[in-house]
Amino acid sequence: MPTIVVEVMPKAELLDPQGKAVAGALTRLGKQEFADVRIGKRFEVKVDGAVDDAMLAEIRELAVDMFSNSVIEDVVSVSVMAPIPSTGSGND
Amino acid sequence: MRIGVITFPGSLDDRDAQRAVRLAGETPVALWHGDHDLQGVDAVILPGGFSYGDYLRAGAIASHAPIMSEVIDAAGRGVPVLGICNGFQMLAEARLVPGAHTRNAHQQFIRRDQKLRVESASTAWTNAFETGDEIIIPMKNADGRFVADAETLARIEGNGQVAFRYLDVNPNGSLNDIAGVSNERGNVVGLMPHPEHATEPGFGPDTADAMSSGTDGLRFFASVVATLVS
Repeated sequence: MPTIVVEVMPKAELLDPQGKAVAGALTRLGKQEFADVRIGKRFEVKVDGAVDDAMLAEIRELAVDMFSNSVIEDVVSVSVMAPIPSTGSGND
Repeated sequence: MRIGVITFPGSLDDRDAQRAVRLAGETPVALWHGDHDLQGVDAVILPGGFSYGDYLRAGAIASHAPIMSEVIDAAGRGVPVLGICNGFQMLAEARLVPGAHTRNAHQQFIRRDQKLRVESASTAWTNAFETGDEIIIPMKNADGRFVADAETLARIEGNGQVAFRYLDVNPNGSLNDIAGVSNERGNVVGLMPHPEHATEPGFGPDTADAMSSGTDGLRFFASVVATLVS
C-alpha cells in the first residue's frame, strides 16, 4: 500500500520550546557541536490504490488546510515513500 | 435570548457555560458538534476543554467539525460568537479571529486567577465594560501562547481588535500580552481565560474583597444581551 509522507515544521521565527529543551539536554551532555534542535511533525498517509498527481495535489491542499496551521507552521515536504526493496532478487 | 453552547468530544466547560448563561438570566441551548444545526440561537459559545484530545493542534480538528460550517456562516452574518480557551483556539484555527496558539512558553499547564485589562469595549461581548477596566477571570491552559506575525499584530493593534490583555503577569508568553482578540466586525471574540467561571459569588476567582467572590464574567453575557436588543 503506497504511503504519502507530509512533513511540517514550526516556523523558524517562532519559539520551539520542545526543540529548545532537547538542545539544552545536548549541551548538558557536552555535545556543543550541535548548535540547535527544532522538532516538527511527520504524517504518513496510507493510500488505498495508486498515487497519482491529482491525489498528491489533494494531499498538498490538506497539508496546508488541516495538517498544518500557516500562522505557526510550514509544510516543508510532501512525497511518496519509496517502496522497501524486495529481497531475494539475486543481484547481490 | 437563546444562547447556544456547542459540545465537542472532549469539551469540559460546556455545562459551566450553559450555567453562566442561566445565571445571566438567559436561556442556554445545548448544541452538538456533529449536527448541521444551530437551532436558531441568537448567539453561540464555543466552550473550553480539550476537543478531540487536542491532537494535531489545540482546536484544530474541532474547527473542521460539521457544525463549524454553520458557525462560520453565522459569524459572517454578524451573529455574536464567543470562543473560550479551547473555543478561542477553534476560532483561530477556523480563521474567524487572527493569530494562533502554541504551547505555553514555559511548557507548563497553568491555572490562576488572572487580572486582565479590557482593551476594547466595542465588541458584542465586551460592551458592558469600559475600555481600561481591570477584571479578574480564571484561566487554565497548556496551549495558551497567542502568536501572530508582526504585520498581523500591528494590524489588530491598530484596528482595536485586541480585546483583553494580561495584567501584572504574562502567564504564557503571549505576544503583546494578548489574552483575547476579536474579528474586525467585533461580533466574534476569543479569549483564553474563562468568564463562565466568574459568574457566581462563592464560586468565582479570588478578589481583593473576598475569596471566590469574583463575578466579572457576568458582564460578557450582559454585553451580548445588550448587543442583541440594540
